Amino acid sequence: MREINVDTITDEVARLCIEACYYLGDDVLAALKKARANEPSPVGQAVLDQILQNAEIASRGELPLCQDTGLTVVFLELGQEVHIVGGSLYEAIQAGVRKGYKEGYLRKSVVEKPFSARINTGDNTPAVIHTEIVPGDRLKITVAPKGGGSENMSYLRMFSPAAGRQGIIDWVVECVDKSGANPCPPIIVGVGIGGTIERTTLIAKKALLRPVGQPHPDPEVAEMEAEILERVNKLGIGPQGLGGRTTALAVHVETFPCHIASMPAAVNIQCHSARHKEVVI
Amino acid sequence: MAAIKITTPLTDEVIEQLHAGDNVLITGTIYVGRDAAHKRLVAALDAGEELPFDPRGQIIYYMGPSPARPGRPIGSAGPTTSYRMDPYAPRLLEVGLKGMIGKGNRSQPVREAMQKYKAVYFAAIGGAAALIANSIKEAEVIAYPDLGAEALRRLRVEDFPAVVVNDIYGNDAYEMGKAQYREVDG
Ligand code: SF4
Repeated sequence: MREINVDTITDEVARLCIEACYYLGDDVLAALKKARANEPSPVGQAVLDQILQNAEIASRGELPLCQDTGLTVVFLELGQEVHIVGGSLYEAIQAGVRKGYKEGYLRKSVVEKPFSARINTGDNTPAVIHTEIVPGDRLKITVAPKGGGSENMSYLRMFSPAAGRQGIIDWVVECVDKSGANPCPPIIVGVGIGGTIERTTLIAKKALLRPVGQPHPDPEVAEMEAEILERVNKLGIGPQGLGGRTTALAVHVETFPCHIASMPAAVNIQCHSARHKEVVI
Repeated sequence: MAAIKITTPLTDEVIEQLHAGDNVLITGTIYVGRDAAHKRLVAALDAGEELPFDPRGQIIYYMGPSPARPGRPIGSAGPTTSYRMDPYAPRLLEVGLKGMIGKGNRSQPVREAMQKYKAVYFAAIGGAAALIANSIKEAEVIAYPDLGAEALRRLRVEDFPAVVVNDIYGNDAYEMGKAQYREVDG
């Protein structure tokens, strides 16, 4: 058994929260620059320039990329040969979120009691934690703060299998179309297909963690991603919804086997402030 | 596309000159409030109470900033999605509010109220929050401090970048932009 102390986990989570909110990934920056080069709309070009300029200002470490530093989503891949010592794993993660949001001057955007007293918890906890037990003796932590504007543009549909590939493609395009400017385009579209209600939404979200524009290893899925992306970028929504050809930087689809009678699908939209950082301990 | 410089408070003459799609740079005082603050503002109006600021000619920016670091007036400060303020906006336009800054579409009743009371809706660039913060020179909480990031604030801005989305002539920059680049039917 390899031991990992909870204090290390707290410190790493705090660091990842801060880094995610100040430093946009190189993959996102490259995708934005490519989009800028191909965008025909003058307004769209100006918006993309400002987004790139914003990333440059944020990288100086004083002002986060976006004021909405999100609800903190944490993905864990916990090696089955790891022994967590010194306290509770989940509490260590919550402590890391608390620390990172305080020390990084990040906005606390979580309220208690969703439909009644929406009182701010004051420290951005609780984070939403997803844990997967994997072989090995390592712990991989991915911190992905998710803004409300893009998270609100999420969709779930339990398709009849007869709807097929085309039914899903048409629906995803429709979801992006009706989201318009709300999720801060250019966006990354996360799509989950298959599984059960909770699995399909989880893989839709996980799809957002893939490096931007990296196609799915299964050519059939990759082809679907390319087809959706092309159609989405013909919608005309453009950067910030002000018109143009860059509505999405990428479409990422993940799939999971499902019941003979079902074909669930989910869409989770990620704004251009596509923040996630990971570490392997 | 040269930007039009405007200063607050906004007069009808200025508003008449603004058209959907125009780039503007706003200078002067603007107010900040989002969902929770709007709920209280409208409750105050309903109760016949005075608002914490005189809305006539003013602009409300839908925003909840990140915390200010020492030595800075404010943290990052980009717009939030406007539709959540749609149920409250017409009431404020009725009492003289002249501008709103946010992101995303407005409802039909809000668009109608803008035409009726001569007000405009601007979009700031969502997620360009660090860039926008640099145009904010002063910030102060003027009411509802218990709401934290959602408290009502007064800002002094210089050349705050925004785009006119809805003008008083019924135009909508989102619809216009989309129509121009759309390559699908319907
Ligand atoms: S959708 Fe993203 S970029 Fe837009 S305000 Fe929310 S977190 Fe920021």
